[in-house]
Amino acid sequence: MAAPCASLGAVVSCRLFLGSRVILARSKGPWGASAAGLQAGAAPQLSRLIRTTVVTTKKNVPASRHEPYTEDFIKKQVEEFNIGKRHLANMMGEDPETFTQEDVDRAITYLFPSGLFEKRARPVMKHPEQIFPRQRAMQWGEDGRPFHFLFYTGKQAYYSLMHDIYGKILQAESRESQLPPKNLLPANTEVIDLIGSRWLIKEELEEMLVEKLSDQDYVQFIRLLEKLLRSACGPGEQELVRRFRRSVAARSQQQQIPPVQHDAQGAPFSIGQGRRKTAQAEAVVTAQGSGRIQVNGEDYLHYFPVLQDREQLMFPFHFLDRLGKHDVTCTVSGGGRSAQAGALRLAMARALCSFISKDEVEWMRQAGWTRSGLRRMRMCPPAWSRIQSSGIGTALSTAQPLPGMQHQLCLL
Amino acid sequence: MGTQAPQSIDVQPDNQVPVERPRTISRTNETDPAQHGEQHEGQHYSVPLQDLKTVFPHGLPPRFVMQVKTFGEACLMVRKPALELLHYLKNTNFAYPAVRYVLYGERGTGKTLSLCHAIHFCAKHGWLILHIPDAHLWVKNCRELLQSTYNKQRFDQPLEASTWLKNFKITNEHFLSQIKVQEKYIWNKRESTEKGSPLGEVVEQGITRVKNATDAVGIVLKELKRQSSSGLFHLLVAVDGVNALWGRTTLKREDKSPIAPEELALIYNLRKMMWNDWHGGAIVLTLSQTGSLFKRSKAYLPHELLGKEGFDALDPFVPILVSNYNLKEFESCIHYYLENSWLQHEKAPTEEGKKELLFLSNANPAQLERLCAYL
Repeated sequence: MAAPCASLGAVVSCRLFLGSRVILARSKGPWGASAAGLQAGAAPQLSRLIRTTVVTTKKNVPASRHEPYTEDFIKKQVEEFNIGKRHLANMMGEDPETFTQEDVDRAITYLFPSGLFEKRARPVMKHPEQIFPRQRAMQWGEDGRPFHFLFYTGKQAYYSLMHDIYGKILQAESRESQLPPKNLLPANTEVIDLIGSRWLIKEELEEMLVEKLSDQDYVQFIRLLEKLLRSACGPGEQELVRRFRRSVAARSQQQQIPPVQHDAQGAPFSIGQGRRKTAQAEAVVTAQGSGRIQVNGEDYLHYFPVLQDREQLMFPFHFLDRLGKHDVTCTVSGGGRSAQAGALRLAMARALCSFISKDEVEWMRQAGWTRSGLRRMRMCPPAWSRIQSSGIGTALSTAQPLPGMQHQLCLL
Repeated sequence: MGTQAPQSIDVQPDNQVPVERPRTISRTNETDPAQHGEQHEGQHYSVPLQDLKTVFPHGLPPRFVMQVKTFGEACLMVRKPALELLHYLKNTNFAYPAVRYVLYGERGTGKTLSLCHAIHFCAKHGWLILHIPDAHLWVKNCRELLQSTYNKQRFDQPLEASTWLKNFKITNEHFLSQIKVQEKYIWNKRESTEKGSPLGEVVEQGITRVKNATDAVGIVLKELKRQSSSGLFHLLVAVDGVNALWGRTTLKREDKSPIAPEELALIYNLRKMMWNDWHGGAIVLTLSQTGSLFKRSKAYLPHELLGKEGFDALDPFVPILVSNYNLKEFESCIHYYLENSWLQHEKAPTEEGKKELLFLSNANPAQLERLCAYL
C-alpha cells in the first residue's frame, strides 16, 4: 500500500539521511510531512530534540513544558532574518550582497548601543538557527510506530552512528585482507590530521546528535573512531573522521616575536610592548649593554622606589640568566605603580624574545612571561540566592549573607 | 637619614704587627684615614669603638648605628669621594680663607658616611670638630620655641641647642679648657662669664641653663671663628644637610604665621659660620634631600636643594659628587656582609645572587643595605 510504502520509504531515507538534518514537524499527516521534509531537507541537518515551551501568562511560574517551533515558523524566521539583513545593509549604506554576520553585529552595536554588563543580554541579530534551540523531529508515526529501527535503544542517533562507524571498520578490514599489504598514502594524511586537531568534546557531540550521552558512551565513541583510524581507511572514512575533529591552533605559532632592528651605529635592538590594567609600556632592549634601565628618562631605581616593582622588572632577565647584559630604555604611562611595573615586565619579555633561541621562547611562553594575564570583574549571584542546604550545622549555612550583588575577580 | 654608605673601617693600630695580611680582600688594616690612598679604594677599615664614642656621639646615620651594634664593629668603606676630600683637607693652606666643600649626590649614595670619614681623619689629626649632625632637625618639629633673650626678633631652641652642646663637649673635651673666651658674656643678673675663662664654662652654662643654650651655641661659634685664625687649632666645620639653612621651616609662631630660617638664632649663627671670612680650617658640607622640607624627592643637585639664596651664600665651593657603588665597591660590600654572616640566603654568595642584588639595588648603598637586611 501506498501508506506503509511511504512510511518504509521514510524510514529508509531517514536512515540514509542520518548524516543529514531533517526538519519534521508535528503537522497534519506524518507521511505528507515527512515527504515534504525529505524533499525540503537539502542541506545536511541532523534530527532535533523536541522541546516544548509554554508561553505562560502567570508570573513566577517556571516554564515546565516547551512548545515546539514548527518548521514553517523557523522558515518564516529565516526569511525575515534575510530580509532584515538586507534592510540593515541598506540602512548602513553597505552592499546587501556582501553583508556578513560580522557586519551585522557591528551594525547592531552601533544602532543599539547597550551598556549592559551581561553580553548575552545585549541586542543581537543572528540567524534563527543560532537563536532557536534545535529540535528533534517526530520519531514515530501516527500509528505509534517509530521510524528509526534503533528507537527503542533510547539514543537512536548515537547508536546508529556507532553502527555506521563499525560498519566502516569492517569494510576497511575486509579491504585490507583482500589487498596486498603496501604502504598506503592515507596513513600520512592521518598523521597530519591528528596534529593540530582534537576530538570533539562530549558537549559538542551531544549538540551534534541532539541527544544526551553519558561519559562511557562518549569514551566508547572515541575509541571506535580511533580504531577506525588505525585500520587502513580510504578518503570516505577520512571524511567521516574529520567531521568529528576540531582544529587546535598551536599556541606557540600564534606568538609574534618583534623583529630585531638596528640603530644608527648598527647595534641591534628590539622593541616590545605590553599592557597591564590601564598601564601601557614600550621597552627598547639593546642586545649588548650593562644592565642599565631608564624609565621615562629616569633611572629605574628612582622611578620604582618600591622593591616589588623592581623585582618585577628583574624577572624576565633573571629567567633567561641575562641580568646585566642588556640595556633598556622604556616609556610607560597610565595605571598605577604596580600596573606600570607589570606592563614593563611584559614589554621587556616580549622584546627579549627576539634575542633568544626558539626553545627559550617556548619556555618563556609556558612560564607565562609573554602573556598578559587578563583579569576581569565578573558578577557573581547575590548571597541570598545561593543554594543553601537546610540544616544548622552545615558549612553553607554559616556563610555570612552579604548585601547586594558581589563582583568577583576571576582569572579568565 | 637615608644618606649612608656601609663603609667599614678596619682599624688596627699601626704599631702592632706592621706586615699583617688583611683578613680578607674587602678589608684593610690601615686605620689612620690619613694613610688611606687609592690602593685602599673599595676596602673597609674599622673605627675603634673608643674613637667612635668620642668622635661620633652624634652624626652617624641611624641605620649605620644599628649595623655597628649588630656587627660589633664600625667599618667604613674607603671610597673615591672621601679620598678626594681627604686629599684636599691634607693640603689645606691654613693661611687662606676656609674652603667650602660640598658633598652632593642622590639619595643613599653615602654622603653622610663620607663626611664621617673626613671627620674621623680630622679628629685623628687634632682638629677641632664642629659637627652639626643634621641641620634639618633644627628647622622642624621643634617642641619649644622661645623668644630669644639676645635679640627679640629671633627664636631660641633650647632643647636642640643643649643636646648639641652636650655632644660637642664629648667630642672636643680637650679643647674646651685650652680655648679662652675674649669677651665678657652676661647671661642674666646673677651669672656671667668673664673674659679669659675657658670655653668649657660657656658650654657648661649652656648645658645647665637650658634657656641660655642657644646663646651659648652662638657664643661658641663666634669665638671659634675668631680664634681659629690664631693658629691655636684647626677648625673643621661639618654640617650635614646644609640645605636646611636656606630652605623653609615648618615652625610657626603662635599666630600660625611661618617662621623663616633666619629668624631662628641657631640657624642665623650657623649661617655666619658658613662665610669664608675666617681662616685656619675647612668647611665640609653635605646636601641632603631626605630630611629636607618642600623639596622634590628626586632633587640632589646643589642648585635645586640650596636654592638661589643658599647657592649664592656658599658660592664659591668645591662640589664633590658621591655616586652609587661601582662594581668593585659593590663586590667588597657583599663580601663584607658575607664575612659577618649577614647574608644567610644560600644563593647570596653565588654569582647569580650577586647579579640579582646588583639589579635590585642598582648599586645604591642604602638600597643594598636595606635589601640585605632581609636576606
